[in-house]
Amino acid sequence: MLMIQFPDITFEAGKYVDEFVSFLANNLEVLFDFIFFITSRSISGLTDFLMIIPWWLFIVIIFLLGWYFKSLFSGVLYGLFIFLIGSFGLWEEMMITISIILTAVIICLIIGIPLGIAMAFNKWVSMILRPILDAMQTMPSFVYLIPAIFFFGLGNVSAIFATLIYSLPPVIRLTDLAIRGVDKEVVESAHSFGSSRWQTLSKVQLPQALPTIMAGVNQTTMMALAMVVIASMVGASGLGEQVLVSINRIDIALGFEAGISIVFLAIIIDRITNGIAEKVQRRGGNQ
Amino acid sequence: MSVQIQVKNVSKIFGSKPKSVIPMIKEGLSKEEILKKTNHTVGVYDATFDIQKGEVFVIMGLSGSGKSTLIRCFNLLNKPTDGSILIDGQDITKCSRDELKKVRQEKIAMVFQHFGLFSHRTILANVEYGLEIRNVPKEKRREIAMQNIETVGLKGYEDKYPDELSGGMQQRVGLARALTNDPDILLMDEPFSALDPLIRREMQLELLDIQERLQKTIIFITHDVNEAFRIGDRVAVMKDGHVEQVGTPEEIIASPANDYISEFIKDIDRSKVFQASHIMTKPNALVSIKDGINVAVKEMRENGISSVFVVDRSRRLQGIVTIDDAIQGIKEHKQLSDLIKKDITVVAEDEYINDLIPKALESSFPLAVVNEEQKLAGYILRVHVLSGLTSDDVTESEEYVH
Repeated sequence: MLMIQFPDITFEAGKYVDEFVSFLANNLEVLFDFIFFITSRSISGLTDFLMIIPWWLFIVIIFLLGWYFKSLFSGVLYGLFIFLIGSFGLWEEMMITISIILTAVIICLIIGIPLGIAMAFNKWVSMILRPILDAMQTMPSFVYLIPAIFFFGLGNVSAIFATLIYSLPPVIRLTDLAIRGVDKEVVESAHSFGSSRWQTLSKVQLPQALPTIMAGVNQTTMMALAMVVIASMVGASGLGEQVLVSINRIDIALGFEAGISIVFLAIIIDRITNGIAEKVQRRGGNQ
Repeated sequence: MSVQIQVKNVSKIFGSKPKSVIPMIKEGLSKEEILKKTNHTVGVYDATFDIQKGEVFVIMGLSGSGKSTLIRCFNLLNKPTDGSILIDGQDITKCSRDELKKVRQEKIAMVFQHFGLFSHRTILANVEYGLEIRNVPKEKRREIAMQNIETVGLKGYEDKYPDELSGGMQQRVGLARALTNDPDILLMDEPFSALDPLIRREMQLELLDIQERLQKTIIFITHDVNEAFRIGDRVAVMKDGHVEQVGTPEEIIASPANDYISEFIKDIDRSKVFQASHIMTKPNALVSIKDGINVAVKEMRENGISSVFVVDRSRRLQGIVTIDDAIQGIKEHKQLSDLIKKDITVVAEDEYINDLIPKALESSFPLAVVNEEQKLAGYILRVHVLSGLTSDDVTESEEYVH
């Protein structure tokens, strides 16, 4: 008897996950409603705020940021990029996209930095979190769009949820790495003066780790931006939605304009966060 | 002097179950046996010694000898696996977390090999760190920090960042930061090893200078024998976690406890360890300026010597008289004071032999050794200067000729 075919053993893992997700959705409705409320409010609040800013002022702000953190040329270039996106007629979409990214990144930092610190200090937390982070990063992003819809319905909040799962790992990992990477003698010297744990963390470890943490923030931001199009499949509006529309209509012109706008945003956000990281680096540790 | 720190049977084991190894140490198993049997590394093996208040206590050993592990036991950066460390009678190994914080904040401060400076803070902010975490008001801590920055000679650099300073200057910051806490005890973990030799020498002298002024108890780690013997009042030699010998540099050189230590100190430059007071002879013949020439001649005859030192009533050195001059003087009815030769070489008690060599070569008389009050403490024959360098036995021979 040659065993060619897989035996008739079935383990329906997916079914259990399905049941678990339904269970969560049914029993923790209040929690999800609360998260939904907060998140959607902050996105719309942020979008409204960005839309109040006169278009020229926004360009000036981007120019100044680019100038301060990179160079005069960069400032001019970034200002021009924003002007171009506006001239494509995608000003509002851009603002929505920026709001979604900003909200996602802020939530990422609020969750990610403490988790990263916990990982650095506790090997159990580290052991548990590590495989979860691996899964978050390797799981095809379409897969967790499904439970997102289950919990939050179609729309920006689901998009944020999906974006979070995808872009949270770098900030956690790099915070962990950064804290553990602080020079041992520097931490010892903080202890030797009788610092409490909190004093050591806040006055020495975090400032020393900041450059590396900033690198994590940069990566998280870029990954959030990368999710823009995929997130639009669960109903996120903004530039991603335009890309999706152009695919459906086979509209090359719109596809190009929306696509290049995302590229422009990516360049601007990457360079500016990078510039912030470099500015911090000059005074931080971990070199 | 009184005992400030008592180290009693301190062991530090690294591994998964350190406590389980303690019985083996009590049985006297060696470090290698323990490593083989249990896969635990013994960092410090049953160390016991006392440290006096106000002394510079050097712990010397090669890398891996456990010296850095041991020094970290004094402020519990390493918690000893067994044994106790009493600082002013308080067993710090049994301290609660708050008590330990207090000890670290008030009693004991540390200087690190690679400085351990906070690169994100200015020099001033680094130096005032110890006070900042004790919630000392800003004005006050700034004032104290500035004083200490001045003490170590870095005035004007307080707004710079550590990476803008040279290695030597960075370690000065480390020292100022430790001094700012006004600790009784200063732990120094190979503080000058990362510095180049010239700067190292300068820092050693400065440390001794500061020590003289502030009278701290200093525990100093080094792998450099010459450094250990130059600055240490007492030295502990460590090997494989064992404290092999504790003693003054002279004691260790004069009677090394075992072959390892003999080997270790073989390359030591004796001329930089032994001082004039170690090789000088107490004068058994002395003539007072009030005495006559006859007394001088008698003294020389009785002691079989050819010259004698002349002192005044309070034993202050006046000069030297030779037998030839004295006999000549008797014939010519001269006063003793007319015969005194003043061209003798006077050295201080704490001058190193190294510095005596050129003086001994130039002088035609024995070197006169005077104490701090300029009183005659002893003399050194020129030949003794050289024999002090080579012989293991530095007690002097009794001859008094030249």
